[in-house]
Amino acid sequence: MPGAASDGALRAHAERPVELLRFATAGSVDDGKSTLIGRLLYDTKQVYADQIEAIERVSEQRGDGYVDLGLLTDGLRAEREQGITIDVAYRYFATPRRRFIIADTPGHIQYTRNMVTGASTAALSLILVDARKGVLEQSRRHAFIATLLQIPHLVVCVNKMDLVDYDEEAFHRIVDEFREFAMKLDVHDLSFIPISALHGDNVVERSERMPWYEGVPLLYHLENVHIASDRNLIDCRLPVQWVVRPRSDEHHDYRGYAGQVAGGVFKTGDDVLVLPSERETRIERIDTFDGPLSEAFPPMAVTLHLEDHLDVSRGDMICRPNNRPLASRELDAMVCWMSDRPLSVGGRYAIKHTTRQARAHIDELEYRVDVNTLHRDEQATELGLNDIGRVRLRTSVPLLLDEYRRNRTTGSFILVDEATNETVGAGMVGAIGE
Amino acid sequence: MSYEISHLRYLEAEAVHVMREVAAELERPVLLFSGGKDSLVLLRLAEKAFRPGRFPFPIMHIDTGHNFPEALEFRDRRIAELGERLIVARVQESIDRGRVAEEKGPRASRNRLQTTTLLDAFAEHRFDAAFGGARRDEDRARAKERFFSFRDDFGQWDPKAQRPELWNLYNGRIRPGEQVRVFPLSNWTELDVWQYVAEEGIELPELYFSHQREVFERDGMLYAVSPHLELEEGEAPFEAMVRYRTVGDMSCTGAVRSEADTLEQVIAEIAATRITERGETRADDRTSEAAMEDRKREGYF
Ligand SMILES: Nc1nc2c(ncn2[C@@H]2O[C@H](COP(=O)(O)OP(=O)(O)O)[C@@H](O)[C@H]2O)c(=O)[nH]1
Repeated sequence: MPGAASDGALRAHAERPVELLRFATAGSVDDGKSTLIGRLLYDTKQVYADQIEAIERVSEQRGDGYVDLGLLTDGLRAEREQGITIDVAYRYFATPRRRFIIADTPGHIQYTRNMVTGASTAALSLILVDARKGVLEQSRRHAFIATLLQIPHLVVCVNKMDLVDYDEEAFHRIVDEFREFAMKLDVHDLSFIPISALHGDNVVERSERMPWYEGVPLLYHLENVHIASDRNLIDCRLPVQWVVRPRSDEHHDYRGYAGQVAGGVFKTGDDVLVLPSERETRIERIDTFDGPLSEAFPPMAVTLHLEDHLDVSRGDMICRPNNRPLASRELDAMVCWMSDRPLSVGGRYAIKHTTRQARAHIDELEYRVDVNTLHRDEQATELGLNDIGRVRLRTSVPLLLDEYRRNRTTGSFILVDEATNETVGAGMVGAIGE
Repeated sequence: MSYEISHLRYLEAEAVHVMREVAAELERPVLLFSGGKDSLVLLRLAEKAFRPGRFPFPIMHIDTGHNFPEALEFRDRRIAELGERLIVARVQESIDRGRVAEEKGPRASRNRLQTTTLLDAFAEHRFDAAFGGARRDEDRARAKERFFSFRDDFGQWDPKAQRPELWNLYNGRIRPGEQVRVFPLSNWTELDVWQYVAEEGIELPELYFSHQREVFERDGMLYAVSPHLELEEGEAPFEAMVRYRTVGDMSCTGAVRSEADTLEQVIAEIAATRITERGETRADDRTSEAAMEDRKREGYF
């Protein structure tokens, strides 16, 4: 039977999990971001013959003298000059060890919201610095956004080392300068790699032209950076997304609460607490289409059965009696604004937090951050497009909140303009409980 | 216990989450079924999301009248097994009712006509959301496509009006008359789809495996000889061992020469292939990719 999966080799392959790493890249035009991504795709053999032929043709027509790998990613330059909206583009490649999703974002200040979008799902941020130019305002901005979004791993690639004669001093000057700035930020894991995207030095293979560099090449770092402990496996959280109630004869009494685990490890038999009703019960079974599981953890999508018959609906949260999110109608948050129409005090929006929807009122704008200098402007009266600031909100019903720095899923929300239905703001819940 | 899951299970959980969000937030979703491997994967993901309940939406197939007969048989059998509701919207009916006119000539295709049939069916059933199997890796233009892709009341896509998507928070709010296309497989690559098919034991139509077929060559691609494609001068039918990488309309889906008749062999070929899925087998995209290149040349070079 051709359709059936009978084959041992594939199953064996499936048993050794290939991990997924999502990372975001930021760089301004001409830093070499397109060339670097093109090189990663090319050197890991993700580029198909028809694509290579196409870029070879173009490079030859222009008389480049080399194949411009930047063309593979449909580079920013092209987009900008054609007036196409500059946006987040997603790219995919794989090595035998890991599968990668790149959120490729433009680096200029006017695309802060795109960087925030790309960063929201990333576990690693790759920042490009031009070796000749040193740490510029924009490099600081990229680092700030990465840490604001709590991306656990930061890699600074000092590019175009070929243009500074692969000079160790030039590299170290940039490292020192960047480190000094990074001290002001909440960075946990920071690495520096001297590369030449154009010539491939330290991208996939170790460069022989920089024997003084004792670290690993970029791809090796991407394949090995330790991401397993990035998830929150402590605070059990399951935002209820969908109630499974077949009401068929066969499944007459079936009642399950489906959702994607947002934190912690749920086990059969665990005591759980349902919010906002504050009812306690136990997990009777953890169900999936493939049969019951003994435990569930992020980011699995599962269906929980509870021992007692409670009234649980979408927007509720299942957690543990001794470890619960804060149910509150007031919150402090960092908000990145994404709309032409500014956020101002007194504004009303729809808010979506986990699977819960409510209305939100802006009570206070505490300050606006200058994303280049980190200076806080407490006199600010509004947040314009691409601005980031600290906001105090009040909601129509309680939200079940964790601090963003503790949980990126139960600590994040979006604001929606009720007149246009546009997503206008991205929020990260600040310190809880005073 | 290391609490790790493989990338396929990550992609699966992400897609299941997206499907449940749509079911919860939109009034009348529908799942668009093309008969190909991507839509068979979508059906499996819907089972993962909603079983033992029924799917909270029907399944719709836009039948161009130029489908591979094998694919239609397979469709009916699979959906009967699932016990779900199938709606078939026929391009032929749109032609008969004078909504669209049939193209003429050897290169005629019903590809473009489908849109009208689709939009009419949307209006008739008042659907406000439709799941599709498109992936971002299919071509460069898709790299920026969102999970939720918004269409105005004419079904039109405005790239500038697409909403930012952050974390796993999707904004499904629309006005009456507007629609969302939802792509749960956005982050999957072709190889992921094949590996998932293998891991899950998803049955596929025989078209995906090597078989003998009467074909002819046009523009470097092999097409099945069928009543839906007129031969041009110099095009001679011959027998060949082929399989399909995508299953669409007989008039614009090309076959590749292959001896691979098991899933393992097909995956090995895909993993080693050096040509994009669309570049190799879809005539419709060939023209549009060329057009894109042209635009690029004018605008930039
Ligand atoms: N010499 C040198 N040039 C580079 C390097 N990386 C990129 N470039 C060149 O810098 C220019 C801008 O690169 P591109 O990748 O398009 O930058 P982007 O705008 O950040 O995507 C192009 O002319 C590249 O060929 C490098 O490592 N060394």
